[in-house]
Amino acid sequence: MNLNTTPSRTLDNLLRSRLVAALTAPHGVDRYLDWLAPERVTDEMRSRVLARRMETADCVTLTLAVPRGWRGHSAGQHLTVSVELDGRRQTRCFSIASADNSRNGELEITVKAQPDGQVSRFLVDAARPGTTVVLSDASGAFRLPDIRPAGVLLISGGSGITPVMSMLRSLVNEGYEGEIRLLHYARSSEDLIFADELDELTQQHSNLTVYRAFTSDDAVDGELHGRFKPAHLQDFGPAHNDWPAFACGPQPLIEALQSYWSAQAAGSRLDFEYFQPPRAAAADGQSVLQFVRSQVTADDDGRSLLDQAEAAGLKPAYGCRMGICRSCTCRKTSGRVRNLLTGRISQDGAEDIQPCITAPASDVSVEL
Amino acid sequence: MSTINDLLSPEDVEAFGRDMDAIRQEVLDDLGQRDVDYIRDIIRKQRGLEITGRALLFAGILPPAWLAGTACLSLSKILDNMEIGHNIMHGQYDWTGDPALASENFDWDNTSPASQWKHSHNYLHHTHTNIVGKDRDVGYGILRMSEEQRWNPYYLGNPLYAFLLAALFQWGVAVHDLEVDRIGKPGDMGAKERKRRALEIADKAKGQVTKDYVLFPLLAGPFAPLVLGGNLAANLARNFWSFTIIFCGHFPDGVEQFSEAETQNETRGQWYVRQLLGSANIRGSKLFHILSGNLSHQIEHHLFPDLPAHRYAEIAPKVRAACERYGLPYNTGSLSRQFGTTVKRIFKLALPDREALPAAA
Ligand SMILES: Cc1cc2nc3c(=O)[nH]c(=O)nc-3n(C[C@H](O)[C@H](O)[C@H](O)COP(=O)(O)OP(=O)(O)OC[C@H]3O[C@@H](n4cnc5c(N)ncnc54)[C@H](O)[C@@H]3O)c2cc1C
Ligand code: FES
Repeated sequence: MNLNTTPSRTLDNLLRSRLVAALTAPHGVDRYLDWLAPERVTDEMRSRVLARRMETADCVTLTLAVPRGWRGHSAGQHLTVSVELDGRRQTRCFSIASADNSRNGELEITVKAQPDGQVSRFLVDAARPGTTVVLSDASGAFRLPDIRPAGVLLISGGSGITPVMSMLRSLVNEGYEGEIRLLHYARSSEDLIFADELDELTQQHSNLTVYRAFTSDDAVDGELHGRFKPAHLQDFGPAHNDWPAFACGPQPLIEALQSYWSAQAAGSRLDFEYFQPPRAAAADGQSVLQFVRSQVTADDDGRSLLDQAEAAGLKPAYGCRMGICRSCTCRKTSGRVRNLLTGRISQDGAEDIQPCITAPASDVSVEL
Repeated sequence: MSTINDLLSPEDVEAFGRDMDAIRQEVLDDLGQRDVDYIRDIIRKQRGLEITGRALLFAGILPPAWLAGTACLSLSKILDNMEIGHNIMHGQYDWTGDPALASENFDWDNTSPASQWKHSHNYLHHTHTNIVGKDRDVGYGILRMSEEQRWNPYYLGNPLYAFLLAALFQWGVAVHDLEVDRIGKPGDMGAKERKRRALEIADKAKGQVTKDYVLFPLLAGPFAPLVLGGNLAANLARNFWSFTIIFCGHFPDGVEQFSEAETQNETRGQWYVRQLLGSANIRGSKLFHILSGNLSHQIEHHLFPDLPAHRYAEIAPKVRAACERYGLPYNTGSLSRQFGTTVKRIFKLALPDREALPAAA
């Protein structure tokens, strides 16, 4: 459905008028559109899966409709995808794999299923055309500079190719004339994401060269082998020393690149990103609490977050102090916490918690 | 007024508390799609009733349309306030992570601002249930609902005040938080805070009044008086209904009240027992439970205020069985029994207490 026709825009203006706001108070017009015309809701960015395509046995590319209010992205940035699983909204980060200049009203993300990963498994196994997801704005400092350099080095490992692929696609789409070198690490040729597209692009664009390195036991003719070593860069020629490099992949790959780049005298920059794995819970009493709003840090003393916030001089809201009234509810932005009533340990991501019955189980940041 | 320790040994109180925690945990472990589907279905029905009701009232020149429109809008407001608003604002669906179901964001079709109601209801009332002097729902600062409140001639008007409170219930709930009866007394919030709250209430009330009594009537052109009348009737119906259900929760015969002294340093087990003794259920059909926001399961609601309310009917047999095991009362009865004894209490407490007769030997 094309939502930009004139009658449609008039309807939108009416729906967002002060009159309609007054008639639908206090819920707001979006809470009625939820049932009447979900595609017109604007208080969150809803999108639909338009198509899916398997890249490897455990990796899928999903084409998503650009949601209302989408402000675009720079190549390399990510967004969050929220899905509802068994009644609970789960939110995870994914890089945008499509070009920053595609005009067809679509976005692409490429998702690798993590063993026992809730969201990635759902997206790979169960998301179908028509599945609704909620997106965030694009964000992230890992991005191609707006003033394009003379040449770029792109280095990726595994599913870390996704933001780098957005950079590559954006550059070739805009007719970039500088040199592009992509070095990609995968376990084996079966695990290669975007293999066909990379072959095609190499044939079409003489300024693009792709190097593949396989890290599993068998060496493959004509391809690089093993984990990163400086020798993998030797074919790039001396010019690469002056080009900015963009790398995304598992932490060990990024660390190896960082130490090479800092040892090497060349003036070029290395920009990098890795997909953080969940942090393990720290031992009791070793954790650090961050009260984000008040910019206060404290060492965990094992008591409830409410007690500890007060001990740190904050004045958070509270009522019953026993977990029933929710006056104290606030957002935990990262880290794992223990419910003092049930002993349960939470997941790592952002969620609302009740600080009066919650103690840290790792480094924790809360919006207090 | 019997104290908790007259009924149970301290060990049994804590054992009862652990049984309640176990019931709670079982539900928490089972929360999922079913609960979200349930509340969304109720919200969809409420929105449908609201739109149908308002549409029918525009055709209100036909008496059946006016009656049907008023009925739909009354049901919509009742669902919005009771099964949806009250329960979402308790945080019963916060675990879903859906911003539309978050206690933080939700506001109801009622003149009481969500933030203030959450404070007086979720905290003051649910934490201090039936503690005379602390739980402001005991009489709403207007009525005499407990012998512990000293009688004075003002209370001769108890039945009249109760009737007015019922008719204007949404306004009563809204100004409840101003604690006007405490001005100049210990615990007074002070003029500044009272002014802040008053402005917040005025702002919310303005939106409600504009919608129901100005904009929708004006949109109906010549039929404005009919729409105005329908909206007024719907608000009135919701007021009487919610007053009835809510007063049946804590004031029928057999419900205990407590003093501040006996609830000092209360344990979790004692808190559970006080919630049980201070609440009463109403028997009824499934539809009745939904329209009462499941406050007809007031006991389960007070034991587990943040579990999705549609679960109360499922756990009620377990709570009741536990009460039987520990020899604790479980106050339930028909609407007419529970409301009848509540009304009797309102009348009885309008008069000074008869001197307690010496107990027969
Ligand atoms: C900026 C950024 C961009 C990203 N871009 C992409 C992308 O383009 N494509 C992509 O595929 N991924 C990307 N990721 C990674 C992606 O966000 C994660 O793989 C995904 O969130 C996993 O979520 P999940 O729900 O599937 O897994 P979760 O359920 O969150 O679990 C993740 C993994 O941790 C394990 N795990 C879960 N909980 C625990 C625990 N308590 N203790 C120990 N182990 C646990 C699981 O078994 C699983 O293997 C990106 C991440 C970031 C930060
Ligand atoms: S203070 Fe009441 S729930 Fe935390």
